[in-house]
Amino acid sequence: MASTSPIAGAVATAELAGRLPAARRRDLSGPIAHAILVVSVVVLAFPLYYAFVISTQTLDDVTSLPPKLLPSTHLAQNYAEAWARVKMGRLLLNSAIVALAVAVGKIAISLLSAFAIVYFNFRGKQLVFWLIFITLMLPVPVRIVSTYQVISVLGWVDTYWGLTVPLMASATGTFLFRQFFQTMPDSLAEAAQLDGAGPLRFLWSFLLPLSKANMAALFVILFVYGWNDYLWPLIVTNRPEMRTAVIGIDSLIPRTSQLPEWNVTMAAAMMVLLPPVIVIVVMQRWFVKGLIETEK
Amino acid sequence: MKRTVFRNRWLPYALVAPQLAVTIVFFFWPAFDSLRLSLYRASPFGDRMIFIGAGNYERLLVDPAYFRSIGTSFLFSALVTVAGLAVALLLAALANAKISGLAIYRTLLLWPYGIAPAIAGVIWLFIFHPSFGVLPYVLSFITAYQFNWFLKGWVALVLIVAAAIWKQFGYNLAFYLAGLQAIPGSVLEAASVDGAGPIRRFFAITFPLLSPVTFFLFTLNMTFSFFETFGLVHAVTQGGPGEATSILVFRAWKDGFEGLQLGYSAAQSVLLMLLVIVITAAQFRFAEKKVTY
Repeated sequence: MASTSPIAGAVATAELAGRLPAARRRDLSGPIAHAILVVSVVVLAFPLYYAFVISTQTLDDVTSLPPKLLPSTHLAQNYAEAWARVKMGRLLLNSAIVALAVAVGKIAISLLSAFAIVYFNFRGKQLVFWLIFITLMLPVPVRIVSTYQVISVLGWVDTYWGLTVPLMASATGTFLFRQFFQTMPDSLAEAAQLDGAGPLRFLWSFLLPLSKANMAALFVILFVYGWNDYLWPLIVTNRPEMRTAVIGIDSLIPRTSQLPEWNVTMAAAMMVLLPPVIVIVVMQRWFVKGLIETEK
Repeated sequence: MKRTVFRNRWLPYALVAPQLAVTIVFFFWPAFDSLRLSLYRASPFGDRMIFIGAGNYERLLVDPAYFRSIGTSFLFSALVTVAGLAVALLLAALANAKISGLAIYRTLLLWPYGIAPAIAGVIWLFIFHPSFGVLPYVLSFITAYQFNWFLKGWVALVLIVAAAIWKQFGYNLAFYLAGLQAIPGSVLEAASVDGAGPIRRFFAITFPLLSPVTFFLFTLNMTFSFFETFGLVHAVTQGGPGEATSILVFRAWKDGFEGLQLGYSAAQSVLLMLLVIVITAAQFRFAEKKVTY
């Protein structure tokens, strides 16, 4: 439930990349479309621009009225200050470890179980399938206290294990790979068997290369999810040096009794938001393409 | 069903083992433990758990604050989902033309999807800042009303709705645009020849043909607004002012981790679980019946 996006997303994403001819329209429709899209893009960009502008200002600039909407001179100072104040280096490293481990781990675990479900007949297969399916209905928010207790019984509080392993089960990923493997022609596995390849050789040399686009697509979604997740790292970490960047920023938000150093806050926000946004922009083509592949 | 299968007695079990291990240890065990815990409450000194049967549930069902949270959650999700999607669809329909540069627009629309709800919240918190924010400043020229979210619950709600919609909007718009581009022009032309006006054409043809996209986006936004906005509330409003933005997940976390009422929090988790099951079931039924693929 909490992560239905990749599969269902594939449907709409297939259309996202499709370029079927639109109807011929009156000449005005083109300029109107451009105008609407440009305005949308600008309105969406404004908060980010504003955050960036604030992150370059002095405290006096930040608190002056009318609000100053042009970049100022304090960029380096603010970023250095934000970096030092919350030990941003460590936080970003933690976020990178979590996001990468969750993405890679989920992909690996889902790939293996999908492979087992599609290419083997074994006792209890139906049960396994349903157990995986039911996890869709059990996202972290519906088992907050109990999951913490499990982590604490395992001694995983404040560890990378606790931050990553519990998030690695993925019904969505499993279904995605299952669906993809089912579209593979039988002749592929037959050919592999004729060549004397065992199941693992077949997985490694045949299926894996063909699954690249799906893996890339899942990677983008899962990396962003892992980087941005808030509730889970908040629950399983207590020590500041084990927190992730998204949570670390909480202590930089000026509360009522504090100096309104929003320039430092925004510098931190820019640093934290950039990695997942870059991943989306850079891997966008893979993201869209990968999801289309699963629909064929 | 695959006809070609590999034969191996233990390998398939080894392959599903990691997934099952994580599923059982971190999903099923805690879920059952929530059920068990919801029947207990901590003793006054917090040193042991006392069985109280349905006591936590009885307490929840007469707690007006809990009902307010239910209302807040549904209002918040409805605003984010319905308002967010309606505007996106409207703009997409108006902007549906064969134009160049769609790939560039798509990139410029999709990036906010990568921003964490909590970070989006921090940015909008400053935009709404009563003393320095650009929005109250602009509004001060129009009205003397104080748009101070520290004091006014509805402004705080608008603040988190704005942050949530900001993160999702470009994504929604991009998917609607793509869905519209995929509708064959000939269908609309035929309707046009039959004398259907643009509004009629939209409701009779475009909207039904877009139902898979709408269904997908609706589910996505609903799930997002219900379960992934915890960070937004935690970082920005802490559920306040008063309890104006105390959504269900936030309340369950707060009662458990700040109030240390583990049983009470677990009971809330169980009710949330029921909600998720109902939504998921509805989703699958709806997907089977109503959506034209």
